[in-house]
Amino acid sequence: MTANPISEDGSLSGSRLERLLRAGHFAVTAELGPPQSTDAGVIRAKASLLRGACDAVNITDNQTAIVRMSSIGAGTIVLAEGLEPVIQMTCRDRNRLAIQADLLGAYALGMRNLLCLTGDHQQFGNHPTAKNVFDIDSVQLVQMVTAMRDDRVFQCGEAFDGPEPRFFVGAAAAPFGGPVEYRPYRLAKKAAAGVNFVQTQLIYDVPAFGRYMAKVRELGLHERVFILAGVGPLKSPGMARYMAKNVPGLLVPDELIDRMTEAGAAWAGKPAEELTPQDKKARAAAWKAEGIRICVELIGRIREIEGVAGVHIMAIEWEEAVRPIAEGAGLLPRPTLEEAAAS
Amino acid sequence: MTGTPLNIVAFCCEHCAYAAADLAGGLRMQYPPDVRIVQLPCTGRLDVLTVLQAFDEGVDGVMAAGCLPGNCHFLEGNLNARRRVTRIQGLLGEIGLEPGRVEMFNMSAAMAAEFVTAVTEMTERINEMGPSPLRVGGAGRGGD
Amino acid sequence: MITAERKPLEEVKDLIGEARNVLVMGCGTCVTVCFAGGSREAAELVVSLRMATRLAGAPREITETTVQRQCEWEYLDEARADVEQADVIVSLACGIGVQAIAERFPDARVVPGVNTTFLGMPTEHGIWEERCAACGECILGITAGICPIARCAKSLLNGPCGGSEAGHCEVSPDTPCAWQLIHDRLQRLGVLDVLMQPQPPKNWKSSRDGGPRRIVRDDLRLAGEQE
Repeated sequence: MTANPISEDGSLSGSRLERLLRAGHFAVTAELGPPQSTDAGVIRAKASLLRGACDAVNITDNQTAIVRMSSIGAGTIVLAEGLEPVIQMTCRDRNRLAIQADLLGAYALGMRNLLCLTGDHQQFGNHPTAKNVFDIDSVQLVQMVTAMRDDRVFQCGEAFDGPEPRFFVGAAAAPFGGPVEYRPYRLAKKAAAGVNFVQTQLIYDVPAFGRYMAKVRELGLHERVFILAGVGPLKSPGMARYMAKNVPGLLVPDELIDRMTEAGAAWAGKPAEELTPQDKKARAAAWKAEGIRICVELIGRIREIEGVAGVHIMAIEWEEAVRPIAEGAGLLPRPTLEEAAAS
Repeated sequence: MTGTPLNIVAFCCEHCAYAAADLAGGLRMQYPPDVRIVQLPCTGRLDVLTVLQAFDEGVDGVMAAGCLPGNCHFLEGNLNARRRVTRIQGLLGEIGLEPGRVEMFNMSAAMAAEFVTAVTEMTERINEMGPSPLRVGGAGRGGD
Repeated sequence: MITAERKPLEEVKDLIGEARNVLVMGCGTCVTVCFAGGSREAAELVVSLRMATRLAGAPREITETTVQRQCEWEYLDEARADVEQADVIVSLACGIGVQAIAERFPDARVVPGVNTTFLGMPTEHGIWEERCAACGECILGITAGICPIARCAKSLLNGPCGGSEAGHCEVSPDTPCAWQLIHDRLQRLGVLDVLMQPQPPKNWKSSRDGGPRRIVRDDLRLAGEQE
């Protein structure tokens, strides 16, 4: 799985995430959304919620096309907080020059993990009138950064004169996007482009994901790419229904929606306007507890699927949930690098 | 009807509304005299430019009267006409005239009473709006 | 064809400003077949503008002419007398026609009456869809005759992204996912393996990114006009 490793343990990047995965540990990554401001305190607070609960944390890049502090800027703060960042990089906002320049900077600042994304269309964000870039796409971005690392060349083919950026290169996978039968092959394409790990879109339908993974194994991709299954806690039945209906590539079984509804059954008899703030708070807590329970169960079932190397816990704007989920799933404490080296 | 005599043009399909007008006449039914009928082979022949030109010439209102939905002799000329009437309403709004000065009606050849109702309704509506400000004597023709 | 859409009347009125003699100039080619700027649309605009300016208490002298192609000098020259009479010309051609008028008649004030929209085709009566981005380096040979540059919201060469669902693009339920179409057609043609190979980054130099483009065909140039 390697070309041109830099360390004795065979890792390409020296990243903690990579070394743990290569040592065969079931990895846990989480997600940290930077603030829509310059408030570094937000990042520190979120980092303290995540420290020790995961192996590395994705720092989103203008997620859903909403302007936020840059991934690399926030990643610097995260590093200083003692957490390992996974820098997300989208093709929507930068051309190949800007991406390479930013990645040189990110590497120089100590970042070692990179997630290559095409990026959400700007229509869904807060600057829908913006011009998009899409000079390259996620597959080409993977090719570009792996060539920077393994062939020591810029995208144009010019060789590096100094040290090259050596990232552990990741990408996203959408097992249930259309056309579904092509999705394992699109992962194969990313593997062919040189990707080292993927994090999937949120998985709620485990049997469907199992079918995807069966095809992935048939293609031998699980031996070439570390596959981290995306999971996330549901917050309310409304959110579950919304995701089932409106988010492309997301399957939420009715059974889970029913469970979320059931969790709020004690308050279901009353019309919304009759619920006191205390009622609403209690109901939200009951929903959240059930959401976390479901997430823990999902991890247990997903872990049974051959070829799954870890989980990526996406608790969007709910970083508090990551620790109880990891705890509940028996994934704490996280292994240290020393343990990784010893295993 | 009261007030200034109006000038309303009714584009009538010969298979329905035109025949209904004829029947109303035959039955000696009374309807406002402000309407001039233009016979069309089908309201599918209704032309946006012609209607705009009519307003430019100073008519106060335009009605298109076609067959009942599903009964068009040319299958869907009446439905196409309705879409065009909607477009003309939009254009009138942009120009600065009331969109309601043009309207689409549907009837069969036997519906003389409905024809009378439609004409009466349209005349009342235009009466409320008043004569077109583009009438000769209103705002002058271009370049005058 | 080049497609266009009429500008709102209010905008055209603003563009005309105080001009007294207005010439509306239609074009008999692309904008005629897409019902945006041919002689009929020119006549509609003339009568609409005439009514609107009268209602606003500032009637104008508004005339109309339509030439076969505004993008060629030979046809534009036929309208020279009308152009010279006018204080402003509202061109209903695509942006090329507007610029051709500006280039051919240095003293004329010309404004656009339509928004040039895309290169596409009618898919049914009253519906036009984009098909070509004029990127200068055609890849239709490897995408089963369906252009992802023009038809994918992200112009992906290695699509589809995760926003493809049930055959349509997440950007709009009315927009088919170009990569679903490509996938289906490659499958039908029995050459799905084309999709397994990562496509390298595109050379955008031949597109607009290389600056305004120019085609020179020496074999077609006239000796007397050689630079």
